[in-house]
Amino acid sequence: MIQIEHLHKSFGDLDVLEDVSLNIHEGETLAIIGQSGSGKSVLMKHIVGLLSPDRGRVLVDDVDICSVPYERLREVRKHFGVLFQGGALFDSMTSEENVAFPLEYFSSRSPAEIKARVAECLELVRMPDVGPKKPAELSGGMRKRVALARAIALEPKYILYDEPTSGLDPKTSNTIDELIQQLAEEMNVTSVVVTHDMHSVFNIADRAAFLYGKSLHWVGPIDAIHNRDDPVLDSFVTASEYHVGTHPTASSPS
Amino acid sequence: MGRAFASVREVRTYWTNFITQMVRIGVESIPIVALAAAFTGAVLTVQTAYQLQTSFVPNTIIGSIVVPSMMLELAAVITAFILAGRVGARIAAELGTMRVSEQIDALEVMGLNSISFLILPRVLAGVVMFPALYIFACLIGIGGGLGIAEAAGLLSTTEFIEGARQFYQPFDPYFGLIKSITFGFIITSIACYKGYYTQGGAEGVGQSTTEAAVQSCVFVLLADLALAVLLL
Ligand SMILES: Nc1ncnc2c1ncn2[C@@H]1O[C@H](COP(=O)(O)OP(=O)(O)O)[C@@H](O)[C@H]1O
Ligand SMILES: [Mg+2]
Repeated sequence: MIQIEHLHKSFGDLDVLEDVSLNIHEGETLAIIGQSGSGKSVLMKHIVGLLSPDRGRVLVDDVDICSVPYERLREVRKHFGVLFQGGALFDSMTSEENVAFPLEYFSSRSPAEIKARVAECLELVRMPDVGPKKPAELSGGMRKRVALARAIALEPKYILYDEPTSGLDPKTSNTIDELIQQLAEEMNVTSVVVTHDMHSVFNIADRAAFLYGKSLHWVGPIDAIHNRDDPVLDSFVTASEYHVGTHPTASSPS
Repeated sequence: MGRAFASVREVRTYWTNFITQMVRIGVESIPIVALAAAFTGAVLTVQTAYQLQTSFVPNTIIGSIVVPSMMLELAAVITAFILAGRVGARIAAELGTMRVSEQIDALEVMGLNSISFLILPRVLAGVVMFPALYIFACLIGIGGGLGIAEAAGLLSTTEFIEGARQFYQPFDPYFGLIKSITFGFIITSIACYKGYYTQGGAEGVGQSTTEAAVQSCVFVLLADLALAVLLL
């Protein structure tokens, strides 16, 4: 379980997050939604200690990651897989080497076992043939899927996704959504998906947390998100649907 | 058990990274350093001969001036300036790109210490390879001086070497080595710092790269003066 408590963060004069509190429960898929620049990525980076809060704290399985020594933080991070916005694949390595990288460092597998696990992960993200290719030879969607394979290689307990579908065509977006769902179900991971793609939110999330005006404006289950009494949330949800061009009720999974 | 395996692998990767950086910083810089050193040695010899031509000092003095100049100052500084551009800019651009494309965050999130993984091998390689390149530049530079002296008939190789021996101070090459180790540390650590803390996309990478090259030249000059004042 991840507990974010009264988190404040500013960069110089720019206050990005003010008093944000949020609990992320075991096994759920939580979407963090909000406009570009609202601080979604900043919030996500606090969950893995890439940024430290000015005030407040973040607990991961009851460990306060903001105050633990760096060596302990490194241990906590091994429970996480993170899919960064652009994939963040190491561009000096091939896809295979990228996926093998965490395995070589943090598992006691033999080279043959690593090879098998790499193939398995690439298979899982439906990219079995890109192993020898370098990231520069792949499209944006392919890169994200290889990056996802790398993120899940060590079977993390938590997976964080930063805009997993942004900049992708609708078909690839759907594939990514399916993968996120599949991983949540088969590996029973806890997922946090940062996105402004409402279509995707309806596809995959159990709950949503809406960042607006530096704090969490609304947190609740997905089926309560059409809230006519909350004009700010409602206009965000409606505007997003309009842009995606799909009506959520028509495409939401059963 | 798993930890033990991981640390063996970690050590192996750090070693591989270190070797890769030694090749990039050192071996790949050999041609340009050789070129610059040979020409500097040759030009220095010709110009020294020109400055002394109407005086009544013996020809051997040319060797006495050229060799210590190379050892004390030129070999180290020329190598440093070339590598500030070649190595400093490359390191800053590489790490800067890794920063803005979140590759450094990805390393951190996996549980790696990105500083020791990325910065340590580069700075260490700089500290090891700069003195090696300095020795190489000294030899090539003096060789360039000798070559042109023979070719242009300024003085013979024997006279050149005799001159060099006459005023030779055993501390000279050590001083050059101390300089080159310092310069190697300055250039790689400034470049790593600039690259590692890059902000703001492609523009930021460009800025880090320029700053790394310019600032390391400035700090090399300052260190050069400081060492001369302190140690000579
Ligand atoms: N490292 C940083 N330094 C300074 N400002 C930052 C940094 N990271 C993010 N910001 C600022 O914080 C705000 C929120 O950014 P971000 O979380 O990336 O937004 P988004 O919701 O689109 O992911 C933006 O105004 C951004 O410029
Ligand atoms: Mg973002």
